Amino acid sequence: MAATNYNVNKKGYYGEFGGAFIPEMMYPNIKELETKYLDIINDEGFQREFKSLLKDYVGRPTPLYFATRLSEHYHVKLYLKREDLCHTGAHKINNTIGQILLAQRIGKKRIIAETGAGQHGVATATVCALMNIQCVVYMGDLDVQRQSPNVARMRMLGAEVVPVHSGNKTLKDATNEAMRDWINNPEDTHYIIGSVVGPHPYPDMVTQFQSVISAEMKTQLKEATGHENPTAIIACVGGGSNAAGAFYHYLENPDVQLIAVEAAGKGVNTPETAATLVAGKPGVLHASRSMLMQTDDGQVIEPYSISAGLDYPGIGPLHAHLHQSKRGKYIYATDHEALKAAYQLTKFEGIIPALETAHALAGLDKISFKQDDVVVVNLSGRGDKDLQAYIDNLENYVDNE
Amino acid sequence: MNRINKLFAEKEQDILSVYFTAGYPAIDSTREVLLELVKNGVDIIEIGMPFSDPIADGPVIQKSSLQALNNGMTLKKLFEQLKDIRNEIDIPLIAMGYLNPVLQFGLEKFCQHCKDVGIDGLILPDLPVDLYLEEYKDIFQQYGLHNIFLVTPLTSEERVRLIDQETSGFIYLVSSASTTGARKDIQENQIRYFERINAMKLSNPTLIGFGISNHETFSRACKYAHGAIIGSAFIHALDEGEKSLKEKIQRFVKSIKT
Repeated sequence: MAATNYNVNKKGYYGEFGGAFIPEMMYPNIKELETKYLDIINDEGFQREFKSLLKDYVGRPTPLYFATRLSEHYHVKLYLKREDLCHTGAHKINNTIGQILLAQRIGKKRIIAETGAGQHGVATATVCALMNIQCVVYMGDLDVQRQSPNVARMRMLGAEVVPVHSGNKTLKDATNEAMRDWINNPEDTHYIIGSVVGPHPYPDMVTQFQSVISAEMKTQLKEATGHENPTAIIACVGGGSNAAGAFYHYLENPDVQLIAVEAAGKGVNTPETAATLVAGKPGVLHASRSMLMQTDDGQVIEPYSISAGLDYPGIGPLHAHLHQSKRGKYIYATDHEALKAAYQLTKFEGIIPALETAHALAGLDKISFKQDDVVVVNLSGRGDKDLQAYIDNLENYVDNE
Repeated sequence: MNRINKLFAEKEQDILSVYFTAGYPAIDSTREVLLELVKNGVDIIEIGMPFSDPIADGPVIQKSSLQALNNGMTLKKLFEQLKDIRNEIDIPLIAMGYLNPVLQFGLEKFCQHCKDVGIDGLILPDLPVDLYLEEYKDIFQQYGLHNIFLVTPLTSEERVRLIDQETSGFIYLVSSASTTGARKDIQENQIRYFERINAMKLSNPTLIGFGISNHETFSRACKYAHGAIIGSAFIHALDEGEKSLKEKIQRFVKSIKT
């Protein structure tokens, strides 16, 4: 019997999830990516330029930090992989650097992207400024209003931010609109998708660019503990790009527990949740088959989470497969649990995490570890962008302790 | 004989196909729109099955889809509305929509219902030909449903040939690289593309869609294909003015044909 394989297969599937359910209008672009992406990524010159930018521009390798006080609190050896220290404040830029280099190599002159909270939009606008390429970012009108500092950032970086008024005016609709732009501008434009979602080869391509996280983790753990394998890795998951990157080099190693935390919003039994694996069923959205929050009639449901980066109604097909095959353990944390974890990290370690990341930290309360277990939390982003939410909740979480 | 094939056997030019969104403007307008379109001499009707995330559609059809969903439109409801429609209508009917609602309804069950109410063909933009061949072709054929594929200006010759080979109704020529309703005219480079397709001497008839909005664009498109498809412009016409649905449809179809 063949060993279980967690890599994408030739047709773009992880188990029964993935694929490319694309309209004919997108076919030439997707086909071109599918045909070329592996050769381009594996090219020596590409790797040299990619690694050099990750080092000198993004600031990699990001530190693997031993969190002393949190370790004591949880009776475990806890390390934080500091993706929050990447330029622009989150792991998102690992992918945008990779994709902009790829876009250049296939001769594209214009970049489009979708964004929810604005982190991927900022990371895209940043690399477009760096490479002097035209950039258009689609953002739901509701998010434009909620995330004005990131909108200003993108505009300062020279990107055009287009508010999306269709549907519910959030991330899902911004993604639809970016796809429509691509349909209307197929020849000069590359679409930088921000997560491990969308048609094949995006989920694998984005995973590969983010896999630098677990590659570094291996080296750094070996140095810090003598072993490159931790007991467990915890990451938050919306679409799932930071989790995919943090898990990637450990996928085939069953000794390492992979734990992903979805956003439960106000609770998985309420309509206000973004926990796709709990509330969803298999379905096709944004040209990929995965788990999807939808009505019985197959209409997509708008998710809810306090974290704008996790409120996506789907999840990357890799995660749907890791969940189904039980290779990964998928849990969830509510708004309340995430906020609690964010204030705790800030107080114990002097690090203000992004609200998305706070969900991963909240996972620590839900898993029981042994004293000698080595646990890595992927600290995917910093919390500057969420300051307003933290200020609004300060009294409820800090003063009561 | 499938009604689509029958139509093209009897009529070789100026075929007018009209798209509308089921359940729009009102949940119960589906039948009225169908009957009125037939009465005014439309040759084919594409019944839009609304979806929350129609990525190949422009603002007009997005809006009608959202409105139809808000009106309570579902596939179950649609099949109820179409029950016995074949007692009144004999022109080809094509169901058009995105894959997810169809899959949730159940693929085989969907095909069975289509057959029962008398649907002749399907247009599912997010079902690419490769996937169709692997997983859908057999079941569609079993229920007598012609799958209609789109061809765009960027579709390679090899792929156009594959699509032609796998088509048994007609080929939907997307007039330009765009979403629906994005253009209002036909330009020189589009004509070169239509001529290029014509020169391939395909075995299936073609209809041109996307950007066909009035008599002028309709008759221009008809010079390069067996006919043309109108969607957004028709939906838009249903929106405008105070007149009854019946009068709006009558006036619109007349304006296209003359």
